[in-house]
Amino acid sequence: MPRIRYQQRTYVLKDDESVLDGLTRHGVAVPSSCRGGVCQTCLMRAVHGDPSEISQRGIKESLRERRYFLACACRPGADMEIALPDDNDLPLIMTEVIGKEPLNQNISRFRLRAPHGFVYRAGQFINLHHHEHLRSYSLASVPQTDNYLELHVQRITAGRISGWLHDKCKAGDPLILHGPFGDCHYSKRDIDQTLLLIGTGSGLAPLWGIARDALAQGHRGAIHLFHGSRDATGLYLIGALRRLAQRHRNFHYTPCVSGGGASGNYRSGRADEIALKQFPHLQGWRIFLCGNAEMVKSAKKKVFLAGAALRDIHADPFEFSADAHIAATP
Amino acid sequence: MSQNLYERIGGEAAVNAAVDIFYRKVLTDDRISRFFDGVDMEKQAAKQKSFLTFAFGGPHHYTGQAMRQGHAHLVKQGLNDSHFDAVMENLAATLQELNVPPNLIAEMAAIAESTRDDVLGR
Ligand SMILES: Cc1cc2nc3c(=O)[nH]c(=O)nc-3n(C[C@H](O)[C@H](O)[C@H](O)COP(=O)(O)OP(=O)(O)OC[C@H]3O[C@@H](n4cnc5c(N)ncnc54)[C@H](O)[C@@H]3O)c2cc1C
Ligand code: HEM
Ligand code: FES
Repeated sequence: MPRIRYQQRTYVLKDDESVLDGLTRHGVAVPSSCRGGVCQTCLMRAVHGDPSEISQRGIKESLRERRYFLACACRPGADMEIALPDDNDLPLIMTEVIGKEPLNQNISRFRLRAPHGFVYRAGQFINLHHHEHLRSYSLASVPQTDNYLELHVQRITAGRISGWLHDKCKAGDPLILHGPFGDCHYSKRDIDQTLLLIGTGSGLAPLWGIARDALAQGHRGAIHLFHGSRDATGLYLIGALRRLAQRHRNFHYTPCVSGGGASGNYRSGRADEIALKQFPHLQGWRIFLCGNAEMVKSAKKKVFLAGAALRDIHADPFEFSADAHIAATP
Repeated sequence: MSQNLYERIGGEAAVNAAVDIFYRKVLTDDRISRFFDGVDMEKQAAKQKSFLTFAFGGPHHYTGQAMRQGHAHLVKQGLNDSHFDAVMENLAATLQELNVPPNLIAEMAAIAESTRDDVLGR
């Protein structure tokens, strides 16, 4: 049973228990959200001992070299001494809201002042701090063309941070964030490759960024974007996406409605199913999947079995935060 | 021979080339796919990599005891020799597809075979 040294105290983990679960079980509060190795809010640093390979996946190179790891994904085989991120490695970034507008009933667009020296790629995400909470939101803006950061936030019923953003937060308010994180972004490896983008709800945010980023960088291969929602009121940016498709012959947009009642303007069914029916063979394609976590995980398997290579599949499941559950269970 | 098996076959690059092929075979093999249903793709891909690195004679930290523990929950779900054989078949087919010479395939099969009793919890 590995022992973890943290803030001058030692905690014993159970076999096969993650560092995050072990510390939480001992009553130590560590920042965390998805508990699934996605959001990077549980980033910690190994002072002694080696973090496992799995616990370093998706972390950017420079931090990996400094022995950063994800506490929720680290099941140590031996004793470790660990610490919270160093402010020099993972600085807090100050910005402010410069604009807020509804995109549909439940999703609003937030524009933030682009912090000085903030280098990112469209589709990556930031972790937003609000009191003791940390939540991930994807970047819909494209650094070359947009001089602000853009987020699309979906209101979640009884959601603390999405609720605060929708109801209270207004232009001029300061925001604190970390980032950027993640590898769900375009890269100019092969400009003739076909791209398949599938998203549900505010999962369109990173895809809207990725598609425009690829086009801005002169991508020549076809780009197919499927956006899904239960009903038509959950879709958004429909006009803007149609205009983008008119301007760029290689960009194709398919809005999908899964809850029935689709009119002639939308395809009827789930976005991932419609996409795979239309494109059953994905050898050599690059795939981006964002939004509802169940959809992303099942689509990931399906696109892999349809022939896409693992390294060509980029996915951001919008996992819910786990502190919701902690707060609910005494 | 100065180089070990893992180096001769091409190290991590060979593992990376094999992961996609092997994993696709496993997920579509009706005899065994159910054992992989509940596991998250992301983690699974990393585990397939551990499996292949192991079979390729590469660096790993798995003991017989760890193999035993790692598969104990699957043994409870009925994991037996026939499933083990299916995995061995998929491994050999993957290596053939990658044009690995038969003598190296045999060496790798022997490494994987050596874990049979631990994997099946005997
Ligand atoms: C990598 C990543 C990127 C993300 N990008 C975006 C983005 O661009 N836009 C965006 O809107 N969100 C995004 N999310 C989700 C976001 O981080 C929050 O989880 C979400 O805003 C809910 O937070 P909350 O504080 O409002 O809800 P909480 O207070 O955490 O949750 C309240 C209750 O609602 C439940 N719940 C939480 N989320 C959902 C949901 N989606 N569906 C149903 N029930 C839910 C919780 O389990 C809880 O019971 C992303 C998540 C990840 C991991
Ligand atoms: C041929 C010999 C085998 C070897 C050398 C082997 C090796 C491994 C290794 C190294 C892991 C990763 C453990 C970890 O890092 O957590 C693993 C996990 C796994 N193996 Fe095997 N394995 C073998 C046979 C099998 C068979 C026959 C099956 C089922 C048909 C199987 C199913 C699994 C599953 C499902 C996991 C993931 C377990 C989980 O996380 O839930 N393995 N194996
Ligand atoms: S990555 Fe660990 S909590 Fe999300």
